[in-house]
Amino acid sequence: MDQLNVDVLVVGAGAAGMYASVSAAKSGADVILCDKSLISRGGATVMAQMTVAAAIAHQEADHWTHHLHDTIQSGQGLCNEKLSYELCKNAPNKILEMRDWKTDWANDNARIRQVLAPGHEVKRCCYVDFLNTGPAVARTLRGEVAKHKSIKRISGITIIDLVVKKARVVGAIGLNTETGDFISFAAKAVVLAAGGLTQLFARNSASKNMGGDSHALALRAGANLMDMEFVQFFPIGHLAPRLVGMDPIMWDPFRYKLGGKLLNGHGKQFIENYGGEDGETYKVGRDLAAYAIIKECEAGRGSPNGGAWLSFQHLNKQQLEDAFGPIIKKLANNDIDLTKQSIEVAPIAHYHMGGIEVDERMETCIKGLFAAGECVGGANGANRLSGNAIPEAFVFGDIAGSNAAKLKAASRTLSPQDSEVALSRVMNDLLPPASSNVTSQHETSRRLLHTLQNLMWKNVGVLRDTEKLQRALNEIRRFRKDVFLSICPKQGTAFNTSLMDWFDLRNSLLCAEAICLAASERKESRGAHQMEDIPFKSDEFTKNQIISQQNGYLVSSWKAVQKLDYDLEAKSLAVI
Amino acid sequence: MNSETEKTLNAELDIFRGSTGTDSKFETFNVPFQQGASVLDALIWINDNLDETLSFRYSCINANACKECMMLIDGKVEYACLKKLQGKKSTLEPLPNKTLIKDLVTDIVPPKEKYAFSR
Repeated sequence: MDQLNVDVLVVGAGAAGMYASVSAAKSGADVILCDKSLISRGGATVMAQMTVAAAIAHQEADHWTHHLHDTIQSGQGLCNEKLSYELCKNAPNKILEMRDWKTDWANDNARIRQVLAPGHEVKRCCYVDFLNTGPAVARTLRGEVAKHKSIKRISGITIIDLVVKKARVVGAIGLNTETGDFISFAAKAVVLAAGGLTQLFARNSASKNMGGDSHALALRAGANLMDMEFVQFFPIGHLAPRLVGMDPIMWDPFRYKLGGKLLNGHGKQFIENYGGEDGETYKVGRDLAAYAIIKECEAGRGSPNGGAWLSFQHLNKQQLEDAFGPIIKKLANNDIDLTKQSIEVAPIAHYHMGGIEVDERMETCIKGLFAAGECVGGANGANRLSGNAIPEAFVFGDIAGSNAAKLKAASRTLSPQDSEVALSRVMNDLLPPASSNVTSQHETSRRLLHTLQNLMWKNVGVLRDTEKLQRALNEIRRFRKDVFLSICPKQGTAFNTSLMDWFDLRNSLLCAEAICLAASERKESRGAHQMEDIPFKSDEFTKNQIISQQNGYLVSSWKAVQKLDYDLEAKSLAVI
Repeated sequence: MNSETEKTLNAELDIFRGSTGTDSKFETFNVPFQQGASVLDALIWINDNLDETLSFRYSCINANACKECMMLIDGKVEYACLKKLQGKKSTLEPLPNKTLIKDLVTDIVPPKEKYAFSR
């Protein structure tokens, strides 16, 4: 097996991974930045549409302590406030640093434009262009990464497992997808930055790669996960007709600007029946909208594809074009004319608040193993504030990268034998010998993934209950024990899609079990975790849930929430 | 509101199969689809239902953000995620000016982002 030696290995090349690489390189470390897909293109960053929250106070008096306050409020008692503190305090510098690196934040000359987003008390959200913030951010960081000779970028590497010796990470085993060869990486530190896991749910806004790789790698390496039960569902994701070339969460800006009406399958407004308000202006909260749509569907009053109608038919062509000209054109390419038809929307899995347990240096309980970006748990508690995902990627990437680089003086201890042992453990545990022919005729990784996605959607989605969660947990355990091992793809060929899917599924099944277990242990309703049979919040659950792997089994335990003393400081407008 | 019910159509796709150093061929797949579906939707459907070994690149699925799904569709360079399926025969091939890896996957990785460059 080939071996590459490096100070810091960064897994995942979205905003968090790229920022981590740059910071590690600036601190003098050699870095390998790898991604399953292409550098800067694969994860959630390129799909981010608009808002990036940071208290730069360019439009309105603000102070980062107020951003912190809003973040903690939104987290409903469960934020690791030390992480939220790092996020909010450092976000402004990152926005300005990105501007220095030529991110073209929308601006009026020296003043960056900021808009109001739900949950923020002031105009705090920067953006590049409507629906275009993510690609611009990715481009900037990609350019910045390329400036550092000490960062090697490798596309098409799937990290299969980390190698740990005496509670210290010493490297990783990867699959070179283009050749089918396995490679070992000897590293002094590893930063996991491979994003979230919303792909686990049938309806999602995820890219193909967001199946929980970071979480699964961390768990198998001996690190802990926290608050895995908290998955954020975006209430009005695009459902039908088929719309290509656009991200499915695109309707939110439409509603902010133009209002629009949510109608049930009978063409009637229904939000009012659930205590909400939904008229010419967009007032209904996300939780209520998601709840109401699902309840209408359960009562047989859903739209044909199982959602609700969103109508802008009270507006004329000119009004639509004035508000969203270029997007109206894209809709026309999809044969969608909003003056003549409504579209169907439904809740979709959009972000995961839970993740890998880290300290404020982004290090896990495994020495040298760091995490950054969406895969980190804790900063957003039980519900994420709009606009916090991208600054979290910047800030946590920076912290993880610079702290990982501090280990560059350590010695590298991964021997070729260690790598072979680690690889053979994966292979012996999971792959049958080449001579055997037990490949299931009926099941494939793709089909089992879809079964898992539907199971998670139906039982662990927006509305949960004790019985549904238990059913899902039993099913997932059965998949892991009985079904998964019978799906044995062949090894050793170039761009082996079935093998890649199989490794993805291995991680997704583990994460799904962690989410189900965590959800069934949190016997209350709070934030994004809503139990129909326990529809109230309990003080006894104002604590964080830890999921760890012990002797091959997932185990839940609890710990006190990390609180922080801070004062709200006076808001002021930035002097420019 | 849409009054018409969704009708299932059928696309016949002739897809290039093969990798460097092996014999290549075209394989025909019949894919049912609803109006508005993309070529990428059809390829994913084939992976799910007919042949999990068919290889093609994609990441973002339908946002046209990752730009990985570029291929030759009826002789023209297109993004599979943007190209709508037609209810007729279509030919899918790998990009002609890039080194073939497998099926519809070509070497589109920038030279400095390749494993070989890092060794």
